[in-house]
Amino acid sequence: MPLEDYTIVIGLEVHSELMTKSKLFCGCSTSFGSEANSQVCPVCLGLPGTLPVLNKKAVEFAVRAGLALDCNIATFSKFDRKNYFYPDLPKAFQVSQYDIPICQKGHVDFIVNGEKKTVGVTRVHLEEEAGKSVHSGATISTSDFSLEDYNRCGIPLIEIVSEPDMRSPEEARIYMETLRNILRYAEVSDCKMEEGSLRCDANISLMPKGATKFGTRTEIKNMNSFRAVQKALEYEAIRQAACLDRGEKIVQETRTWDDAAGVTLPMRSKEEAHDYRYFPEPDLVPIVLTTEYIDKIKNDLPELPVAKFHRYITEYALPEYDADLISANKDLATYFEAVLENYKDAKVVSNWLMGEFMRLLNEHEVEITDVKVKPKDLAKLFELQDKGTISSKIAKTVFEEMFISGKDPETVVKEKGLVQISDVSEIEKIVADVIKNNPDPVAQYLEGKEKVLGFLVGQVMKFSKGKANPQMANDYLKKALAELK
Amino acid sequence: MELLKKSALELRDLLDKREVSSREIVETYLKRIEAVEPKVKSFVTLTAEEALQAADKADEMIKEKKAGLLTGIPIAVKDNMCTYHVETTCGSKMLENFKPPYDATVVANLKETGVPVLGKTNMDEFAMGSSTETSYYGPSRNPWDLERVPGGSSGGSAAAVAAMEAPLALGSDTGGSIRQPASLTGIVGVKPTYGLVSRYGLIAFASSLDQIGPFTRNVADSAALLNLLSGYDPKDTTSLPHARPDYMQALGKDIKGLKVGVAKDSLGDGLDKEVAATVKKSIDAFASLGAEIVEIELPHSEYALATYYLVATAEASSNLARFDGVRFGHRSQEEKDSVTMFKHTRAEGFGPEVKRRIMLGTYALSAGFYDAYYLKALKARTLIKSDFDAAFGKVDIILSPTTPSVAFKFGEKISDPLAMYLSDVFTTTANLAGIPAMSMPAGLTTNGLPIGVQLIAPALGEEIMLSAAYALEKAVGTFGLPTLEV
Repeated sequence: MPLEDYTIVIGLEVHSELMTKSKLFCGCSTSFGSEANSQVCPVCLGLPGTLPVLNKKAVEFAVRAGLALDCNIATFSKFDRKNYFYPDLPKAFQVSQYDIPICQKGHVDFIVNGEKKTVGVTRVHLEEEAGKSVHSGATISTSDFSLEDYNRCGIPLIEIVSEPDMRSPEEARIYMETLRNILRYAEVSDCKMEEGSLRCDANISLMPKGATKFGTRTEIKNMNSFRAVQKALEYEAIRQAACLDRGEKIVQETRTWDDAAGVTLPMRSKEEAHDYRYFPEPDLVPIVLTTEYIDKIKNDLPELPVAKFHRYITEYALPEYDADLISANKDLATYFEAVLENYKDAKVVSNWLMGEFMRLLNEHEVEITDVKVKPKDLAKLFELQDKGTISSKIAKTVFEEMFISGKDPETVVKEKGLVQISDVSEIEKIVADVIKNNPDPVAQYLEGKEKVLGFLVGQVMKFSKGKANPQMANDYLKKALAELK
Repeated sequence: MELLKKSALELRDLLDKREVSSREIVETYLKRIEAVEPKVKSFVTLTAEEALQAADKADEMIKEKKAGLLTGIPIAVKDNMCTYHVETTCGSKMLENFKPPYDATVVANLKETGVPVLGKTNMDEFAMGSSTETSYYGPSRNPWDLERVPGGSSGGSAAAVAAMEAPLALGSDTGGSIRQPASLTGIVGVKPTYGLVSRYGLIAFASSLDQIGPFTRNVADSAALLNLLSGYDPKDTTSLPHARPDYMQALGKDIKGLKVGVAKDSLGDGLDKEVAATVKKSIDAFASLGAEIVEIELPHSEYALATYYLVATAEASSNLARFDGVRFGHRSQEEKDSVTMFKHTRAEGFGPEVKRRIMLGTYALSAGFYDAYYLKALKARTLIKSDFDAAFGKVDIILSPTTPSVAFKFGEKISDPLAMYLSDVFTTTANLAGIPAMSMPAGLTTNGLPIGVQLIAPALGEEIMLSAAYALEKAVGTFGLPTLEV
């Protein structure tokens, strides 16, 4: 039966690196991109006899993440060891949290196809990052040797486990994006999927529409972008549907997403799955938090996307679409609010940010935080437009120059001579020239083809290099043409 | 020989009076080591050069009146405590050439205080054993009878002190590894409260049970060494933040009215007759000092050994997983891929006892067995701890045998792991409960082998334990040490 007749069930396990300055259990730096093995010490290398000392900041960040996801924060939680052998795991166990995580029972809300969706967060727990294997060949099996870089080893991570609440690959992608926004807002992670500071594994299964019992699931790994999350799950849903249609059973297994080939491939079966032999970490004492401590973090939490969304609608009268798009992106929202400090019409600002601003960002591949245009200069640009000093068309030209050079709009207008022509005699002169040079269209207009007016206005704008006040160009052209009738 | 017979505190006196220098003491001990080491084999690595340098530094400190209680008095350190750029083998082939880039906190304390380290002592591989017979470097011998084991796992440290190769030594005790060898070699050995001494730099066997402690020739020296060892360490979050008392102050206190508990069944079946008689003599000695002898019950003690061998092996299976050949230690030549390399490295690097315990522990933690074994052991551990809480509601300290028998012969138990594990039958409870316990000499067998008794105190009860031990030592006397006919 077609995929539409199946219900897709997806749950995600998301790992996010916390942006603490030092590692979870030692004082080594967490900065990205340093020389291999330059940020290591006996503790994070797991040398014999060393012991972990918990980084309090990491606990604070995990609590902050949990609160941002509306979780219950445990006043008592503990660490456990997850045992497995791998060259990038120095102690051959990862310190993680098993049965008593630091945060539980939260949710993530977002809008998908115009409808509100809530995905439950089962738990958020704190754990340490592993190192990184670098293989000499293209793949591990074709490599002569592998090298280990332990700089990453011991960086604090949170794992956010969702309920199996998502019903489409698109929802899974939007969930991930929303989660990223929330974590960025809470200032706990930079969430860069390309640097690996945000990663996800997905569990996906199919069941016939109307059924209540979930089908056998597969786990998908190695999805390194938001797009890949959606693509991989779309592929896997189709693959599973085809299997079921052939009367085959879904094999419970872990599969890896091959982005280049656009397929998921078997990685290991349930039988090969690790027995991690979790047990309480005897080298660390439990994490005991007071309600005062938790409340203080709660009070210090910045305004989160959902709150912003609602405020934008009530306070600024933005349409839902605009409010959602801007509030979803922390940097964009910060910029938006900064512009509003100097300019009142929120809709003008949101139109501009969603339009010209985003267009140039994409074109020049610039991050919002690196944009040269100061928010107050953008406000000034709107004022120049309102006062009629420049036309809306010229405003775009001015903005482009501001975007490249970082100059304020007045300087750009002055330097490029872009002040709008609102002088009647000058406009009349241009209008006269246009009429003279376009006898055929003028004749057509006079014969009643009023549509031609648009073309003639365009000619006026072109002739004035876009500087003519468009309204005046229109008015005076009509007036001049009327006189010819 | 006269200098060798002095206790650490007697040496302190001579140093302060400038009748002897630290260099002379260290040179005397190095000579003694040279003479008897071929018989005793206490050490894996000797650090003569470093010890002499440390002695000179100590002499400076003494001259400048900056000396601590043990400044200038040499010590032997068990080979599972990390020493900066000095081999730390854990008695294993796995760490044959391992030179740590850091000092254990206790070793750093020794260096800072000017305590010269004579060398690293032999031990059962990764502290797993009760005889030093599992050491990759061969067994140490009991100075009282070279045909017999010195006990273990800290057998090298105990043998060194008993053979007068060192006045002091450090051991570690996970289930009796200080107390059992102390008992078998006729010296004093103390396992402090869990968390009293930092574990940073102690290569872990079972993290929730391991504790470093002193080996000395008498109780007062142990108090002095414990002063140096104990203290909060920010590098070990399981170390206790409590202020540490001066344990020397505990010595010489009147113990009249002290309530000494004796467990109902502790002198029953399976106990060597001479050991039982010696414990009874100690009970009488306490009574004659005015202590009150109280019969107590520790109903869950019979589960202690089983509990211990589940908890300890489970933790060990995880602690010893890091020896995979990737970053340090032995690495197999079979390195076709990482899994092959892991397997061969561990097959080649670990001895049979270590492998046995890793397998036991792995099994106990495995899916489907966790609840029946590990979780149940944790529950039993809680019950054992509650037994002691109840007992210490009635008594101040508990007296028991340290070991069921005196030093046994080489080969006697090594092929029968269960018989070997029974050596720990009286000692594991203190580790499971996290409370302090010590062994001290209390008599000799008719064959002239030392017999020890164990004192157990509530958590952080080291003062009362040491004061009782000091009084008992005065009452039962000391038994000398073998000269080894040098």
